[in-house]
Amino acid sequence: MELPRPRPRRILGQPLTLPMLRMGPFPLPGREREKNIRNADMDQFLQLIVAGLATGAIYALAAIGFTLVWQTSQTINFAQGEFVMLPAILVLAASHVGLPMWLAFVVGTVGFVLLFGFGFKRFLVEPMQRHGVLPLAIATMALSVLIKEAAKNGFSAEAQQFPSLVPEGTLSMLGAAVSVRDLAIFVVAVAAILGLQAFITHTRTGRTMQATAQNPTVARILGVPVQRMILLTFLINAALALVASYLISPVYLAKFSNGEHIGLAAFIAAIVGGFNQIRGALAGGFLIGLIDNLAAAYVSSAYRTAVPLVVLVVVILVKPEGLLGRKEERTV
Amino acid sequence: MTFKTFAAGVALAAAFAAPAFADTVKLIDVIELSGPGAPAGTNWKNGSDLAVAEINAKGGILGKQIELIHYDSQTNPGATRAAVQRAVDEDAYVVLGPIFSGPISASMQITQRAGVPQIVGGEASAFTKQGNPYIFRTSLNQADSMPKLANYLRDEVKAKSVAVVWINNDFGKGGRDAIIPELQKRGIQVAADIATESGQADFAADAIKVKNANADAVFVYLNEEESARFLRAVRQQGIAKPIIGETTLLGAKVIELAGDAANGVKGHVGLLVDAPNPGFQAFGKKYMDKYGFTSDHNGIKGYTAVYTVKTITERIGKFDREAFAKALHGARIDVAQEPGILIDTKWLANGDVDRESFLVEVTNGKPVVKATLPMINP
Repeated sequence: MELPRPRPRRILGQPLTLPMLRMGPFPLPGREREKNIRNADMDQFLQLIVAGLATGAIYALAAIGFTLVWQTSQTINFAQGEFVMLPAILVLAASHVGLPMWLAFVVGTVGFVLLFGFGFKRFLVEPMQRHGVLPLAIATMALSVLIKEAAKNGFSAEAQQFPSLVPEGTLSMLGAAVSVRDLAIFVVAVAAILGLQAFITHTRTGRTMQATAQNPTVARILGVPVQRMILLTFLINAALALVASYLISPVYLAKFSNGEHIGLAAFIAAIVGGFNQIRGALAGGFLIGLIDNLAAAYVSSAYRTAVPLVVLVVVILVKPEGLLGRKEERTV
Repeated sequence: MTFKTFAAGVALAAAFAAPAFADTVKLIDVIELSGPGAPAGTNWKNGSDLAVAEINAKGGILGKQIELIHYDSQTNPGATRAAVQRAVDEDAYVVLGPIFSGPISASMQITQRAGVPQIVGGEASAFTKQGNPYIFRTSLNQADSMPKLANYLRDEVKAKSVAVVWINNDFGKGGRDAIIPELQKRGIQVAADIATESGQADFAADAIKVKNANADAVFVYLNEEESARFLRAVRQQGIAKPIIGETTLLGAKVIELAGDAANGVKGHVGLLVDAPNPGFQAFGKKYMDKYGFTSDHNGIKGYTAVYTVKTITERIGKFDREAFAKALHGARIDVAQEPGILIDTKWLANGDVDRESFLVEVTNGKPVVKATLPMINP
């Protein structure tokens, strides 16, 4: 009995031949091209992740500011974006009056911390807080407009170059060339945040700050200098805004309107991550930074602002206290 | 008060007011002094102020001093419409500006209805295609620039594929729609077509897309600040491919803001203070002496817009808006007749201009002219 002959295997309508078997089912150039495309896609994805983490680190620094102000005064600082915009403008203004750049940095840094660390608490938060949360929130909105217009009219309506403390160039990472500046922004911002976290959890002053944030009345009874702790929180907020400003201004260029975008993104990040937790603001910042960059690349630049807002809506619907937030009587 | 007293008062007021009014001619400049267009608008404002000061010092136009008023358009179509309407209501002889094409398109019907000539700085091709007899350019139409750029990409850069990066406004869309067919006609593949937003701060994702498109060259068509941010992002990602653009990309403000990232950028420029042209160079020096920084092409546009008003008004011999508009269609102003025009310029029937232009490369932070391109229809 004759066994049925197996039907020859066919590839793209052609019988499979020995040379084809040696080469594989598709010609080598095609496979290489496909592999190259896959590699290019992976490289692009990795580069976008690094860029997204760098952007997210800036958002995280600003978002932590929202959290700190919320914890100490139970209000939202709507001028937080302008806090990130202003230090770079102050440095440039100081250099424009003839100071050398290092001295301009010193003047800008000290001036900003005094004005928007100490001054913000002393002249805006303290007088307004006794009238309730809403008037204070509205006062921060007014402050936001005031800072922006003062920067525009008092300095310049145009973008200005800001010196970079980090060299340009790329670094090979898992086969993809990623930006040194992106990595540096990420490392510096994360170091600042980890330093803050260590200060809050591992030092006596930090724990006292936490106690003040959790229950200022009990803290006062226990002898905690509550006002000094609140002032320290505002100074830390100003310092974080400074770091964010010096890191991002060489990339975005120093301009009065920079705070609008950063403030909105950080606000979304703080809500998504959890408004009452520093780790929540950190996670929210990175998440929004990643989503922002991936949306710009894979959706479109036009919708990059909309995608984080969609995430915000979903988080509010599913977990109103934020991804890592703690449930409170009031949720944001 | 009797009627006689009232009439005498009115007559007296008119007697004092009339000469004061008659001694000046009002030009109203609606220009981008804030918003994303602020760098462009500031240059234009300074250039126009400089021209007015010179003309007034020499006796004005037909014996009248120019009164130049600036209104901030905020780079916003709504604010521009309001400012143009105000200019018309305040009886401007000619409206100058704006520069951004979107606000021009949104506001030019107001001057057309009122019969007031408007001399603008926009480059988008659309607004001179609408049969408006009162709209005039100070710069080349982007549709005339793109064939020159496409030839440059094919013949000089030898590009087989190009990544096109454009800004999602009237200016950017017009440029994108003009360059892509020109590239395709020349067999150049568009490897990536990337839209960005006006006022965008973060260009990392766009630069990464450009990098991975692996095109032979990158064509950039963005406004000033966005151009600078994009160039910085491109260098940050280590992209070494030729970057080619139109006038804006090679502007003084872009070069200043982008710093080293602007070096090596090449492109086509309509107006440039560093061009081998004595008029431009003299203007550049005057501008630098007065304002302390280098003028970009918008400074030249503002300056020449005022000299255009002067020359054409003197040709018609009266302040007549309709006659002005008629005279400017098809007019040619040569530097030999009016040095303030800086470069021989011809206006076409639709309000477009034709003049020489330049191929430029940024070297050591300075735009260096590599070639001069002739008028399209001399």
